[in-house]
Amino acid sequence: MGFRRFLAVLSARNLEFLRDRSALSWNIVLPVLIVFGFAFAFSTGGQTLFKVGLFGQPQQAPGIERFLRLKHIQFIPVESIASAIPKVERHQLDMLLETASGSYWINDQSANGYLLEQLLAGGENRFHKQTVSGEAIRYVDWLIPGVLGMNIMFSALFGVGYVIVRYRKNGVLKRLKATPITAFEFLSAQVASRLWLIVAVTTLVYAGTNLLVGFRMNGSYLTLFLVLVIGTFSMICLSLIIAARLSSEETANGLLNMISWPMMLLSGVWFSLEGSPEIIRQLAQVFPLTHMIDAARAVMIDGAGLLDIVPHLLILLAMSALFMTFGARSFKWE
Amino acid sequence: MSSILQVDNLVKHFDGVQAVNGVSFSIERGSCFGLLGPNGAGKTTTVEMLEGIITPTRGEIRYKGEPTGVAFRHEAGIMFQETALQEFIRVGEILELFSRFYPHTRPIDELIERCALGDFLDRDVRRLSGGQRQRLLLAIALINDPQIVFLDEPTTGLDPQARRNFWQLVNDIKREQKTLILTTHYMEEAYELCDEIIIMDHGKIIAQGSPRALLKKHFDHSVICLPAGEVPESLDSDSRMRLHRANGQVEILSDNITASIELLIARQVPLTHLQIRSRTLEDLFLELTGRELRS
Repeated sequence: MGFRRFLAVLSARNLEFLRDRSALSWNIVLPVLIVFGFAFAFSTGGQTLFKVGLFGQPQQAPGIERFLRLKHIQFIPVESIASAIPKVERHQLDMLLETASGSYWINDQSANGYLLEQLLAGGENRFHKQTVSGEAIRYVDWLIPGVLGMNIMFSALFGVGYVIVRYRKNGVLKRLKATPITAFEFLSAQVASRLWLIVAVTTLVYAGTNLLVGFRMNGSYLTLFLVLVIGTFSMICLSLIIAARLSSEETANGLLNMISWPMMLLSGVWFSLEGSPEIIRQLAQVFPLTHMIDAARAVMIDGAGLLDIVPHLLILLAMSALFMTFGARSFKWE
Repeated sequence: MSSILQVDNLVKHFDGVQAVNGVSFSIERGSCFGLLGPNGAGKTTTVEMLEGIITPTRGEIRYKGEPTGVAFRHEAGIMFQETALQEFIRVGEILELFSRFYPHTRPIDELIERCALGDFLDRDVRRLSGGQRQRLLLAIALINDPQIVFLDEPTTGLDPQARRNFWQLVNDIKREQKTLILTTHYMEEAYELCDEIIIMDHGKIIAQGSPRALLKKHFDHSVICLPAGEVPESLDSDSRMRLHRANGQVEILSDNITASIELLIARQVPLTHLQIRSRTLEDLFLELTGRELRS
């Protein structure tokens, strides 16, 4: 690889992005506006819907049929008691019911938990009360990895995929093809340029909003940074598939929207997929954004360490390798 | 002179359309070689195959006796018919960018001076005039000090001053013994700059040689021009006249000017607006490719 040529393209792409003030400012302003908007909207209270985690079959616990039929309570099957109790602690679940042992958990600081307990007590049941403690997480704490992830996704997909398609359409790639630069050097420079720019902008947005809103951060910043870098890399590699051959900006735009919208809706940017059908949760696993957001939330909210999120990082790296191989092999200058 | 580029039986198909159909020629080192032809004749496809931008369906291109490869990329300078440059980049920066693609380059300052780019080095490339932009694209094509320079319709859309200024630059390059390959729609430009031309039509070469030799080969007469209103229509059927009316003008092809003028005087045609000219490359082009409008 010609490092000199790689650096030349990298430098030109950086200049192009940094001088495009409207694109640059939108990359910074949009996530800030979303974070502040949601911080304000949800500052006075949580969601009105009660969420009850259910471990075991309802028929194992006779006497709670009336409770199970109550409106405005969402019953969410949980995989284990151990994984669900922290959610009660963080007020993500208002109550946890274990049908086999006849136990339930509520957070003694949760008003919703208290109300659910009273509703449960209204029926004939044999449940045993157990309490946990923990500070509630605000919606904005839960939201920030999603919003930043979404911004990274759009910036990567449109900032690389769309730009390369535009280069192909207007003849920039044709001109470069006539020089000694190789496709690998050119694509590497595009990836590197966008990677550092997204990482820099995201760090800036996180730091700026954190100063004013103050996010929950229970893990290591270094681990979170690793999630940011690997997740962003994966998104950029995904955009190379779109960039490989298309020369129509309209088609590229349609395809990028076709990828980004389902990814945004199913990767848990705005709401948790807990309680959604199994097939949706399985489908979400094919999106790199899901793994990036899940890993970032695990670090920020649960205080997960590097080892805890290694599966997400490995999946992101495997996806990156797959996307890049396909994108680079099918790349055409014209 | 030895041959720098040899083309043998070049063929290109696009989705069932035969754009180039068995073209062969060789280009002498240090010469200016012109490709002429009407729209759709196959000249840009031929040039882009020579440049390595598109792959021939069949045929062979050899640069200095070898198939075109890495050495060709390092030694070729290309100015495309339409080229976009990256946005938000300034003139000086784009020259710097392209200079970093090659191991051996000309001094950028020399190119800036030669192509008169000094006054707008800090200007965004999108804000250049047509002439300034073409000079920048020529500077980019010359940045690797190429042995062979491709100029694809370099003066299309330029005003007469800018065109003549560009010709001067091309003549300067010729003096350095660079090989030039020029495609153009301007016959005057080809006549002025080219040592040898080929005229293509329907993907084939229909004429090849130096402009002067081609004119000598195809034309042995001059042209007498008169306003159409001053030439009686009865002359149209006179077998001693080869007469053609178009655009308010009458052109009389004559291999004996004196006899033709005597005949006009005898028929009492006023000669106040008479003009005599030699046949041009444009005449040859129209004669070989026809006068009908091409789509």
